[in-house]
Amino acid sequence: MSSADASILARATSIDHALGANPIDGLAHMLSLQFIQHALVAGTSIALLSGLVGYFVVLRGQVFAGDAMSHVAYTGALAALAAGVDLRVGLFAATVIVGLALGLLGGRSTADDVVIGTTFAWVLGLGVFFLALYTTHSATGNSTANVNVLFGSIFGISSSDARTAAWIAVGLIALLLLIGRPLLFASLDPAVARARGVPVRLLGPLFLAIVGATAAEASQAIGALLLFGLVAAPPAAAQRLTDRPWAGFVLSGILAVASMWIGISLAYAVPTLPASFTIMATSTAIYAGAALITVGRRRGERRRSHPDVSAPEQPQGQAATS
Amino acid sequence: MTTGLTWNLIEDAHQLFSYHFMVNALRAGTIVAVVSGAIGYFMVLRRQSFVGHTLAVIGFPGAAGATWLGVSTGIGYYGFCLAGALVVASLPGGGRADVGPGGHGEESAVVGTVQGFALACGFLFVSLYKGFLSGLNNLLFGTITGVADHQVTILLIAGVTCLLVLAVIARPLLFATVDPDVARAAGVPVRLVSAAFLILLGVAAAGTSQITGSLLVFALLVAPAAAASRLTARPGLGVTLSIAIAVAVTWVGEGIAFFSPYPIGFWVTTLAFAVFLAAAGCRAGADWLARRVSLDVRTAA
Repeated sequence: MSSADASILARATSIDHALGANPIDGLAHMLSLQFIQHALVAGTSIALLSGLVGYFVVLRGQVFAGDAMSHVAYTGALAALAAGVDLRVGLFAATVIVGLALGLLGGRSTADDVVIGTTFAWVLGLGVFFLALYTTHSATGNSTANVNVLFGSIFGISSSDARTAAWIAVGLIALLLLIGRPLLFASLDPAVARARGVPVRLLGPLFLAIVGATAAEASQAIGALLLFGLVAAPPAAAQRLTDRPWAGFVLSGILAVASMWIGISLAYAVPTLPASFTIMATSTAIYAGAALITVGRRRGERRRSHPDVSAPEQPQGQAATS
Repeated sequence: MTTGLTWNLIEDAHQLFSYHFMVNALRAGTIVAVVSGAIGYFMVLRRQSFVGHTLAVIGFPGAAGATWLGVSTGIGYYGFCLAGALVVASLPGGGRADVGPGGHGEESAVVGTVQGFALACGFLFVSLYKGFLSGLNNLLFGTITGVADHQVTILLIAGVTCLLVLAVIARPLLFATVDPDVARAAGVPVRLVSAAFLILLGVAAAGTSQITGSLLVFALLVAPAAAASRLTARPGLGVTLSIAIAVAVTWVGEGIAFFSPYPIGFWVTTLAFAVFLAAAGCRAGADWLARRVSLDVRTAA
């Protein structure tokens, strides 16, 4: 992992630039570094995609599908490594196929959580098998590849990889925007949408395939296990802050990109902290902040509408389950 | 492993027991399997498997942090899992099925965020503690070589306590699970029993994590119980069956892992999944037969 080592060295030597001089100079120096530029190109596009897709994931109540995707992404990547092909081939193939299959088999009528949980524990076990295969039988096998798949390596991303990731993200965002209106309709009220001629049955699998591809993209930046940092936390925060769907959609994308930028800057400024951690911590902090702000506001609203009744907490996101 | 399989099973077993780490692994595995088989049965009945998974994931930063600070990983597992269980128990829903998969969007998104953050913290501790790469895999996916004598003692004490408490609260717990409203009316302290069960679940998840790794706890906590609940509807028999399956899966898994180059996590998950599939198949076959028979009776009558 020479590129990651180089990035740690570069971050370590540049820390006096970052902290000592005035912040503008520090920022300019940070932006002049190659690996930061690559990380920002890949990270921004991936974060925007994850935030936008994540909004629909949360709206449709399919967070557990995202959890499943993180397992599948890991196994797909390790299978590709064990077979000696490009890691991304396995990532995208596994996640998109499983996304389509989940959509075709179950759709929104969710299967037993026990069945899903047991199956995906086994999928992850299979990933461990490929890991052992890769590390024992491959001549070039090294264990850092495994850590990178699990927890990401955004500072180790090469310029061509960054460009590829960015283009795929742009394509997926375009596709999502294309199906956005009918998808929103189908998510909020599937029965009425079907009656109006929206191809609900087609949209479900297509959307889960996009979620799969998003999981594969996000795995390259923050790792398969930390997917939720970009796919669940920003939309949850956005849902707290606004009830209007399109505003929430855009806000979720913005919050994800903000988490990415702040996370990368923090990891640059404090070299001992891995970037995946700072990104995840930022998005968690953003959600916590949004929750704190709205708890106070909601309590106020409730008091205004029901002056003397201490009503129980209203369940959130009921639109998704209607 | 360096040793080979001779297919003479007595010889192989002898070989296996001649390694102290293997004896420890089997001791620890048995304790963990009994506890997780019993607790897991109630967890599946109460539909709290997502909470169980979350608690196990929370154990990972605990163990990684403990390694970084130089204390025993067992302390980290138990400390974090118990703290997590107390937090879940204090939530308004008490971690009941509402926080399930495909459930309410935002609530499951929050649980997902918590899981992600816990894993990220674990990764932070791992990278702060340099030269820990193989240790990372052991924490996430389990190992059979890493169980020390004092860990077995801790597991045993925690396991026995866990089972004793479960035996005391089993009846009210079952009542509160099947029909909470009637149980409450009958004077069962439903909230207290639920909270106590979450703490037991935390202990079980922490113990299981030490064998299967934080990410693969479902293999021992869910799959045996799910298989048992497909084979029988009677709770007493179900718990027994669940424990038996968990113990069998652990023993066979550890045995194969000893003789093969592939890690225990893979074998235990695969065996557990196979047992679950077989049980689901049996159930489906029995249902089909029953339907056929009732159809025949109806057409004959």
